[in-house]
Amino acid sequence: MELMATIRIALRAIARNKMRSCLTSLGIIIGVGAVIAMVALGQGAQQQVQQQIAAMGSNVLYVGSGTMNKGGVRLGWGNTKTLLYDDVVAIRRECPAVATVAAGTGASAQIVFGNDNWYTRITGTEPNYLDIRVWPLAEGTNFTQDDVQTADNVAIIGDTVRKNLFGDTDPIGQTVRINQLPFHVIGVLSVKGSSVAMGSDQDDIIIMPYTTVQKKIAGNEWLQYAMVSAQSKEASFAAQTQIEGVLRDRHHIRAGQDDDFFVRNMADVADLYDQQTTVMTLLLASIASVSLIVGGIGIMNIMLVSVTERTREIGIRMAIGATEEDVQRQFLTEAVVLSAMGGAIGILSGLILSFLIPRVLGWPVSVSTTAILIAVIFSIAVGIFFGYYPARKAARLNPIEALRYE
Amino acid sequence: MATMIDTSPITPSAKEATSPIRVEDVHKYYELGDTKVHALRGISVEIAHGEFVAVMGASGSGKSTFMNILGCLDGPSAGKYFLEGTDVSLLNKRELAAIRNRKIGFVFQGFNLLSRTTALENAELPAIYARISEEERLKRAKEALAMVGLADRAEHFPSQLSGGQQQRVAIARALVNRPAILLADEPTGNLDSRTSVEVMEIFQKLNDERGLTIVLVTHEPDIAQFAKRALIFRDGKIRKDEPIQDRQIASEVLRTLPQLED
Repeated sequence: MELMATIRIALRAIARNKMRSCLTSLGIIIGVGAVIAMVALGQGAQQQVQQQIAAMGSNVLYVGSGTMNKGGVRLGWGNTKTLLYDDVVAIRRECPAVATVAAGTGASAQIVFGNDNWYTRITGTEPNYLDIRVWPLAEGTNFTQDDVQTADNVAIIGDTVRKNLFGDTDPIGQTVRINQLPFHVIGVLSVKGSSVAMGSDQDDIIIMPYTTVQKKIAGNEWLQYAMVSAQSKEASFAAQTQIEGVLRDRHHIRAGQDDDFFVRNMADVADLYDQQTTVMTLLLASIASVSLIVGGIGIMNIMLVSVTERTREIGIRMAIGATEEDVQRQFLTEAVVLSAMGGAIGILSGLILSFLIPRVLGWPVSVSTTAILIAVIFSIAVGIFFGYYPARKAARLNPIEALRYE
Repeated sequence: MATMIDTSPITPSAKEATSPIRVEDVHKYYELGDTKVHALRGISVEIAHGEFVAVMGASGSGKSTFMNILGCLDGPSAGKYFLEGTDVSLLNKRELAAIRNRKIGFVFQGFNLLSRTTALENAELPAIYARISEEERLKRAKEALAMVGLADRAEHFPSQLSGGQQQRVAIARALVNRPAILLADEPTGNLDSRTSVEVMEIFQKLNDERGLTIVLVTHEPDIAQFAKRALIFRDGKIRKDEPIQDRQIASEVLRTLPQLED
């Protein structure tokens, strides 16, 4: 029996029980729709991370003190005391691929303003930090190299800190207290938002000269990191090599010995988060595909009912010359048409969901044609897999008994 | 209507030598739980080309089992069945399906049409399984419907047709692949007497004009009178095998029956 005739017969059998066919397909519709929407969500997150990393500057390198194992898990981050400001000076001087370097050290502290207080991260750095991070001020001014020299009590606050401490009051010129010491607020950072890559609120920050942090808050002389801007994106690998060379030399690290620092390229960071979001996408897709399997079981169930209901029809067909293969093909086609129709509607609903998610929930999505293709193939495969047993059952019927069936 | 009937012989004359149906000492047992039912106990019969045989007998006499074997729906437990010289017991399921499809036309008591499928599509069905092209299929199905006088009902569904019309669609379906043998299992069992005779008229016409070999199972002696030969079954054996005396001609009987108001 040619394909078109088979499909026509299948469509007619499906149309005979419209409500039932719709409900049966619903499992596949939900499955395919969910797979497409979930993959779109996962890929949307992936793209957002990539964009944020790109916005941070693809030519940015992060030099951290301490060690990092090869899997990317940081061990003893910031715990070694070997990264010093002289290293920053040396990098600035000896690495031609490096454009600028900002020293960095951190602490956490309670910040008090009037009756309000707020616990936040303090970043001690140099004035060029904001340029490297591409992070303009919303108001006020940056601190200067002079402030660094003299370890002045000046601070630039993030937007979250501003909201929590000052509310509607203009923070510029106000004095906050950190560890009992007064600090002048000279600037407010523009809103950066929460970072998917870093997983935290980037605006919950207070920035001041690194010397101030070292001397007045942390009470040490070393740095935790340095933010480096390479001459260009292409130069960032050269910059990494040069920085590693300079620091090994300065820290007297012999070949074969572990570094007491690590340099991380934003390209590497992007790869790392790429991997993570890929895992997340796969996870979402595999959860969604469970409903595809459940949908397949629904198809199997209905096909089994259908075979029983149509036992007499099968008997007639066999009596007038349908072979087992003909009957099997008929029911298999019916299952596949059911699941493929569910797949088609599922694609539509997946696309609608992908359209609605960013508008209603504000999450980024990216619709993937690969996901659509896989969902289609998968839904047809589900039809074949779960339609096979009922079709086989139909084909195995004894024509005499089938004809007698009431 | 006679002009529409293809009067050329269905089978080449070379096959005249081989009987369409030859059954040799056929037995059939069934296992029903612990008991063994001996449905056929040594049936031997030969049915020649162009015969019109009525198979009669009480229920349980084995006539339905015999028909199922003739129709290749069931195989004998012992003995041999030659269909146009081919030993059917040697064929596999697919070959049996092909024989049912091409060599045999079935007409059942309950019509057994596919519901929600038009008369034309019902008639066309065996041709689909014979892998005949759509164009040829439609042509044949229309011809077959015209042959049974239902050309104007091609697009009707079984539920829109009377019992007699449904049975005529079933006959058209049986004829669409131009088989040499027509097997009818109580074809008039669900029909009133006038409609029954109308069906017999079609059978006689097919038998006379197209040389179609017909085997008809019936328990109604009136209906058997339209055949040419009677096989009487009892307890799984053929008790009587004799030509029909005073054979009735359906078209003549119809003239004597009162015309029903439509």
